[in-house]
Amino acid sequence: MNKLDYINKKRVIKDKIFKKFVTILTFISIIPLFLIIYFVSIRGFRYLSLRFITSLPKPMGEAGGGIFNAIIGSFIIVGIAALISIPIGIIVGVFLSEYKETKFSEVVKILIDTLQGIPSIVIGIIGYIWIVKPLKHFSAISGSIALAIMMLPIIIKSTEEILNMVPQEIKEGAIALGAPYYRVVLKILLPYGFVGIFTGILLGISRIMGETAPLLFTAFGNQFLNLNIFKPMSTIPYVIFVYATSPYKEWHNQAFAASIILIIIVLSINLIGRALEKKWKM
Amino acid sequence: MKVDRVFKIILISGGFLMVILLSAIFLSLVFSSISSLKEYGIRFLFTKEWDPVNLKFGAVPFIIGTLLTSFISLLITIPFSLSISIYLSELLKNRTISKLLQTLIELIAGIPSVIVGLWGLFILAPIIRNIQAKLGIQPIGVGIFTASLILSIMIIPYSASIGKEVLSLVPIEVKEGAISLGATEFEVIKGILIPTSFKGIFGGFLLSFGRAFGETMAVTMVIGNANRIPKSIFSPGQTMASLIANEFTEATSILHLSSLIEIGLILFIISVLINILGRVIIRKVTF
Repeated sequence: MNKLDYINKKRVIKDKIFKKFVTILTFISIIPLFLIIYFVSIRGFRYLSLRFITSLPKPMGEAGGGIFNAIIGSFIIVGIAALISIPIGIIVGVFLSEYKETKFSEVVKILIDTLQGIPSIVIGIIGYIWIVKPLKHFSAISGSIALAIMMLPIIIKSTEEILNMVPQEIKEGAIALGAPYYRVVLKILLPYGFVGIFTGILLGISRIMGETAPLLFTAFGNQFLNLNIFKPMSTIPYVIFVYATSPYKEWHNQAFAASIILIIIVLSINLIGRALEKKWKM
Repeated sequence: MKVDRVFKIILISGGFLMVILLSAIFLSLVFSSISSLKEYGIRFLFTKEWDPVNLKFGAVPFIIGTLLTSFISLLITIPFSLSISIYLSELLKNRTISKLLQTLIELIAGIPSVIVGLWGLFILAPIIRNIQAKLGIQPIGVGIFTASLILSIMIIPYSASIGKEVLSLVPIEVKEGAISLGATEFEVIKGILIPTSFKGIFGGFLLSFGRAFGETMAVTMVIGNANRIPKSIFSPGQTMASLIANEFTEATSILHLSSLIEIGLILFIISVLINILGRVIIRKVTF
């Protein structure tokens, strides 16, 4: 074998080793997904039942009981957060795409990136300072406001992105026909981007549905079923945290069962969002 | 037209609302930590006691804990997320498998932090405890290392997706040119792709670091919650975020509460700086 052959062989082997290495590391990276889902399922399924979903928690240390209040609470708090966040998010998203060229919209974009980078626990402190402190007690609404702040950047960005994809001609055509500007936005741009914006909303909801940190000192928790948004309210992620860090075996098991419910809710909203996303991106 | 004017005003005020929101968040944090800021001043950043009973508060153990966990998790993350970006954008030619893998990786990011923490606390920590026992280290299970491991699971999808995006920006002609000159794929990736997109990749890692910095629930559940400077990477510690999560509702004195909010303020400032820097780098690359 001459020297050139030797060098080439070495290069090919290096290439092969590199590819193997990269492939293996990639596949290792998805193992945790299966490990987490697997272990949470085998530990939780035994305690998961219709009764667990439809009954209220039992007092500390007593066997049985469910998380009905937390499921209802999660939907109420996330629902209100979405109601606050969606209109504002769409307005800001339209603003960013309609006023792209201005300095001010550049600043707003940076602010939205900043908002997205704020740790969730800090948003929790803000909910506490703004709502809990003046009202002097924990409340569902303070949790909703904290979650709304977290959801906002996601909705703004998806709205902006979608509207930027609307062909300029459609808009120009409508304006040329004499349609007032607000009608162009409301009747043409937004309906055109509806599916995309809706996707952003779904992804935003799946994101905040599992958030715990902002709720620790806002919505707090509640052992009873509460529908009053000015009182503390329980949520699924909060229950998982409190039960997991308690000393009771029974509660640990319930934390695993509650996790299955949360994973199913969060991942299915997430997957629906992704499926829709693929549709409009094509 | 009148309606149009009102409509435009609404849109622009949406922009202003963001300015108000961000300023309000910052100012609220500053005002609510005022008693701690006044009492300790800059010393707060250099004091290592955290003693709610005697009202002595300093941030050193938590700053160290946060830096340690985020750095270690980033170190673990780098080879994995780079591999994913390279594998998905360059090596894997099968589109169906590529899409599937990508969805699976993104699903990891979709798992709520509290569930990753639950898994870490009840399944990963015992395994690490066993390994520690075998290695002759004090078997605790929870601690800085476990938290870093959990954190890296959570940030790998994030930095991988940024890396993939940045790599895909390298013009295909450049790659083709190199291959036609006889370079192997490894040489193309090492010699061309990584150097050209280095800035973007770096920006992505910066953003991931920022994310690890502020991650709360999973860390709180597995870090061991010890308010002192960790002796080794296997000992229990505390991050700024986990400290707030643990003590906020139990803070009875005004000084304690305001010290915790000051920790939140520090967390806010650092995360914002890291984030803006990371995004500026990535924006420069993508445009």
